[in-house]
Amino acid sequence: MIELTVNGRKHSVDVEPEMPLLWVLRDVLDVKSPKFGCGIAQCGACTVHLNGEPVRSCSVPVSAAADQKVLTIEGLAQRGQLHPVQKAWIDHEVPQCGYCQSGQIMAAVALLGKNRDPSDKDIDAAMTNICRCGTYARIRTAIHAAAKTLKSTKA
Amino acid sequence: MAETFARKFEPARRKFLKQSAAIGGGLSVGFGLPGALAQKADGATEINAWVVIRPDDAIIIRYARSEMGQGSMTSAPMLVAEELECDWRRVKIEYASANANVKRKRAWGDMAAVGSRTIRNSQEYLRKAGATAREMLIAAAAQEWKVPASECTASNSFITHGPSRRRLSFGKVADAASKLEPPKDVKLKDSKDWKLIGKSVKRIDIPDTVMGRQRYGIDVQLPGMLYAAVAQCPVFGGKVKSIDAAKVEGRRGIVKVLPMESFVAVVADNWWRAKEALRDVHIEWDIGANGNVSSASLMEFYRGGLNAQADVAVSRRDGDFDQAFASAAKKIEAEYYTPYLAHSCLEPMGCTAIVKDGKVDVWTSTQNAEASLANAAATAGVPLENVEVHRVQLGGGFGRRGGAQDFVRQGVAIAKAMEGTPVKMLWTREEDTQHDFYRPASLIRVRAGLDDSGNPVAWYSRVAATSIFETLARVPLKRPFAPADGVDPQAVASLHDLPHAIPNVRIEYAQRTAHVPVGFWRTVGHSQNPFVRESFMDELASAAGKDPFEYRRALLQKSPKDLGILEATAKAAGWGQPLPAGVFRGIAQTEAYGSYTSAVAELSVDKNGEVNIRRLVLGIDPGYAVNPDNIQAQMQGSSVFMLTAMFWGEITIKEGRVEQSNFHDYRMMRLREMPKIEVVLAPSGGFWGGVGEPGQASIAPAVCNAIFAATGKRVRSLPLKNHGLTLA
Repeated sequence: MIELTVNGRKHSVDVEPEMPLLWVLRDVLDVKSPKFGCGIAQCGACTVHLNGEPVRSCSVPVSAAADQKVLTIEGLAQRGQLHPVQKAWIDHEVPQCGYCQSGQIMAAVALLGKNRDPSDKDIDAAMTNICRCGTYARIRTAIHAAAKTLKSTKA
Repeated sequence: MAETFARKFEPARRKFLKQSAAIGGGLSVGFGLPGALAQKADGATEINAWVVIRPDDAIIIRYARSEMGQGSMTSAPMLVAEELECDWRRVKIEYASANANVKRKRAWGDMAAVGSRTIRNSQEYLRKAGATAREMLIAAAAQEWKVPASECTASNSFITHGPSRRRLSFGKVADAASKLEPPKDVKLKDSKDWKLIGKSVKRIDIPDTVMGRQRYGIDVQLPGMLYAAVAQCPVFGGKVKSIDAAKVEGRRGIVKVLPMESFVAVVADNWWRAKEALRDVHIEWDIGANGNVSSASLMEFYRGGLNAQADVAVSRRDGDFDQAFASAAKKIEAEYYTPYLAHSCLEPMGCTAIVKDGKVDVWTSTQNAEASLANAAATAGVPLENVEVHRVQLGGGFGRRGGAQDFVRQGVAIAKAMEGTPVKMLWTREEDTQHDFYRPASLIRVRAGLDDSGNPVAWYSRVAATSIFETLARVPLKRPFAPADGVDPQAVASLHDLPHAIPNVRIEYAQRTAHVPVGFWRTVGHSQNPFVRESFMDELASAAGKDPFEYRRALLQKSPKDLGILEATAKAAGWGQPLPAGVFRGIAQTEAYGSYTSAVAELSVDKNGEVNIRRLVLGIDPGYAVNPDNIQAQMQGSSVFMLTAMFWGEITIKEGRVEQSNFHDYRMMRLREMPKIEVVLAPSGGFWGGVGEPGQASIAPAVCNAIFAATGKRVRSLPLKNHGLTLA
């Protein structure tokens, strides 16, 4: 049995320790927002936070998440309030098909958690997830907008 | 050639798709209007197939096609709402049922989201559906008030009686309205009176996406569901000879190993276990006759088509090319090549199905629910009306999920073998990359003759490529399905419909059928031929010593829409104005999917071959711009899709199989490579053009023409990585 906490809830799962976290989330715990895109940590559609750090869950064995905290987009909103990144994503109409966007949003939240006012270069370096629909320009705009919101609410 | 064959051709293609959707014959059987759908549990009343109204004034507008990010789940209902005169804030959108479409004699018409045609081909019947419902609601209110309907108007979900100022909401009269005879003829609004069309409306599906609640095919979860991973023969067309599954027997979670005709499936209690076990199943393949095919042999095969005397069809013939070319003052000839490309939808192909009691339920990311339904019915051997295709959001489509439906046949075949149990079948990225229906490789020879002043008097193109229409869509290359007998319309797109004032033109097609499966890849023929046409046009301008913008302008004087977008885009880009040292421009212009596009690229190329695109100005005239912000998004997305393809995209073949497998060797553009895109949205009105695909058409030639301006090097084959160039 492997224990892990997902979006604040504890779970025990009886699976092989090498089973990727992505498939434990999706097929065992029915947490569907992390998506499968490549299976080799290239595309980032499966990005979740492990103890606050963005990881590509397709390539993290569930044993590495044992007794730790996993956050997915389902757990991002607090007390019914969308995260400023989610709000910026809606305001700027970022998604097209949307398949990569859970991963993009989790990567952006992690970036802003570390860097309150990222430059374009910081965004280039942090946002390496693939979007086939080509929403990159809007992702950049929305991250800058979310940074502004975070600054004004913390100030 | 004011009207392109592509547009003329489409009704015929639609007709064909109708026929193919009718496999099994169920569609011709009359079921009449079922009462079941007219009154829903929440008291909602169906006014017509598209409009349902609840007593609390919520308006439900049905959407028949598919949402894959192109935005038509919002913009198509906007057309209904415009005429209905309802409060858009109270509109909910729901998918029309593919099963009900069978039973109700195609009440929702074509369900395919392909060919950038959702708005173009359904705008009239959607607006009429809204107008018809509005007139019925007005008539019901007028009856209640016992006043002439002509004294009543509808606005914002209310009917108002002008003289008495009495008001009734749509919800109050919906039930009475639904019992009235629909008016035969309704007058549609003049475009100047539109309130919703032309405004940037927020896409309806975005909040669910941002909250992680959007459901794609891959997300379907059913009680007792099993999971399947599949392996297909690495050489296209190969079959399963034998398997040895001894190593996975009794392994944890493994339920069944299924050797099918052309693939092997492992069924397990989760997908990861199925996929891992599949690696330990030993499969002997009968690879057939294509085990020696390579990219080099394919190139020779297509070159044979360029040089052939026989088996070549003439698509267009104006004047006498041979004679005009022979007597031209200057002769120019070139050969262009565009490669096979994979779609790489970020959600890999998959299909969930349950076959039980002679019925089939399918959940799949599909661009054509009717085709999915027909394929499921045929695979399971049940009538069409016994199948439902449950609708989900698509994790990208780009043409992959439209015509082929191979994933539905597989999923249903597995579910049939596991009868009674729901099975979710999902491909790995490797299967997805290596078993696509690829954008065809195409080898094209172009020749032109110039007169003394450098104007083209003769133009010739011959295209050698596999036909998508004949091999995938099974459409005979005959009129009216083809521009001429033996010609695939997509293979000659934008060459056949060359709009320039050139008196002697001959366009030929050498159909050469390779074993590599081909399909509709976003923008299809217009994703490759404009690169040829507009690059070669630049070669002519250069040979004539003329400015490439002015050269095109002079040749487009009788094609006002092409000319209009060319000029608008050049103006926005500051064509002709000085640039910093080392920065150069390139221009291109193309019609595609009923919209007129143009592009100007502004870039520099450094000594390491890094191409720094400072600006990409993209012009589009879609006639009417239904949802302008969505068009902006589509143009931005088209840029990424085309830049990815033109810099890195190339599927190569070795020993009959695809060499690339995943994103490490089939590269996708990322955020850091995104150049600045400026969209020139110039709707000139009076027609309805597509927006999902046209944006790509002019980009590759504009960038390559700028690279020529910067380096003097003429790029005649893609991708650019093969020329030592990459995106900075």
